[in-house]
Amino acid sequence: MTSSKNTGRGPLFTDPDPDVARAFFREKKGALTDKLMSVSDAVARFVHDGDYLASGGFGGNRIATALLHEVVRQERTNLGFAGHTTTHDFQILAAGTRTGKQIFSRLDAAYILGLEARGLSAQARRLMESGEVEVCEWTNYALACRFRAAATGVPFVPVRSMLGTDTFRESAAKEIECPFTGKSLTVVPALYPDVALIHVHESDLFGNCRIRGITVADWDLARASKHVIVSAERIVSTDEIRSDPNATAIPAFCVDAVCHVPYGSYPGNMAGEYFSDEVHLKAWLDAERDVEVYRVFLDKYLYGVDCFESYLEICGGEERLAELRRLENN
Amino acid sequence: MYNAMELMICVASRLLEDGATVGVGTGAPCAAAMLAQKTHAPGLLVAFEAGGLAPMLPAMPISVGDSRTTHRALMATSMCDIMESCQRGVMDYAFLGGAQIDAYGNLNSTVIGDYKKPRVRFPGSGGANDFASFCWRTLVITQHDRRRFVEEVDFLTTPGFLTGPGAREAAGLPIGGGPYRVITDLGVMSFNEHTCRMQVESLHPGVTFDEVQRNTGFELGQVADVEETVPPSEEELHILRDEVDPDGLIIGR
Repeated sequence: MTSSKNTGRGPLFTDPDPDVARAFFREKKGALTDKLMSVSDAVARFVHDGDYLASGGFGGNRIATALLHEVVRQERTNLGFAGHTTTHDFQILAAGTRTGKQIFSRLDAAYILGLEARGLSAQARRLMESGEVEVCEWTNYALACRFRAAATGVPFVPVRSMLGTDTFRESAAKEIECPFTGKSLTVVPALYPDVALIHVHESDLFGNCRIRGITVADWDLARASKHVIVSAERIVSTDEIRSDPNATAIPAFCVDAVCHVPYGSYPGNMAGEYFSDEVHLKAWLDAERDVEVYRVFLDKYLYGVDCFESYLEICGGEERLAELRRLENN
Repeated sequence: MYNAMELMICVASRLLEDGATVGVGTGAPCAAAMLAQKTHAPGLLVAFEAGGLAPMLPAMPISVGDSRTTHRALMATSMCDIMESCQRGVMDYAFLGGAQIDAYGNLNSTVIGDYKKPRVRFPGSGGANDFASFCWRTLVITQHDRRRFVEEVDFLTTPGFLTGPGAREAAGLPIGGGPYRVITDLGVMSFNEHTCRMQVESLHPGVTFDEVQRNTGFELGQVADVEETVPPSEEELHILRDEVDPDGLIIGR
């Protein structure tokens, strides 16, 4: 091999400098204070135009739907966005604001615009094929490792994928020679999002959180992000958290806001709680195919809804939710 | 009788031996792994990129991160843990779904057309590039036509053998991995050990080599004794239809 090493030509949207991040985290007030607030207050306080946003969970599983809807309703724009295993969460933001503005303009893309076996989102495709979003390519693992590098407090993490591919070429990764073995490695830069939206099973008032089922990349995402808004199925006492410290996935010092949102992942799946609402997800995908139909759909389910509880109500309310609970737990 | 997807899933499932480890994508790969578990490979360890490790799948997952992927699982873990097990060399097979594919088994699931202003944008790598970089053998299951089987992929999302023999290693990918079989509605393809190019390994009943070649955008090789694919057995079809995919989500019945 020659000494020249490959460098991805994609844009790097965020600063990977660990000392800049350390200075921020030193000042962050993450102590044991009551952080319980409404979804609208949390988004108003911690998500700003131009911020870099990340969404927890896995696309249609344990996603912070209520918070994502609120970002759209409060018309945040010019966001950066981490497209890490994003499916329905991506679809929500891809809707844009009621007045037709794009929510995000910079995108780290690992998995975007599809809803796995359910098919591709027509609206997300329109957005991405418009050429109006600046994109940087990654893989799911590489992007998870960018959160991990940030969570770890180091500027990069080495991985052995991406090498030799166009995915690498269109990324902001670099290739280095391993100082121990001489092997080529991909190094991916730390990603410190301005704000992460994460839905969890349980949290106390301070933001000590429990997650059941898979954690995907949320352990690292919660630690990597400068601000974290959690929505929780249940609010529990700190005594309850202290009774089983092994169960804590996110400690309070990572968290800025706690919102109590039962069914907060709907129409996504929530492990052990409720299954995904495939009927509603299909209706959303179908509506996107026709721009006029889609506009009416968004007015009904997103723009014209005053809060998440109203959305749950028009999607079938208690009866439908009970059915999804049965589906999950049978 | 059986349809093309049922045949593909049955054939694919036979490639997964008992005791092996496999990372599966959504859809047909997952169905094949489930069928293998319920027939010849009860000890097949299935891993999902989102964090599900070795579940007793009660029904077909709709997402590789839904709660079915951790039903009675040995562990509910993280994406990094699953992918790092692959990177460490634990995982025998990566099993990926449809995409554009070239003669060296390189896959495109990112764009059709120019990258900066794509004619069609697809989801991107997801975990496919990681799986195909890390697992020892990559399996691909896809429809066979000239739109998918192309001389050169528009975008090399996920590595096959890249430009040919030695290219993966030269690029720095883990030594010894690469594509192993491509299962389509026409036959099963393998890769020539000297050239790393795709070749026909077996033809499905009633399919000729010429027909496969006509549906392929590059020159296909063939092994010395191309066999006829053994069609699905009654037992395989029964389990596939009644237990693996009773709602017909993948097999379309």
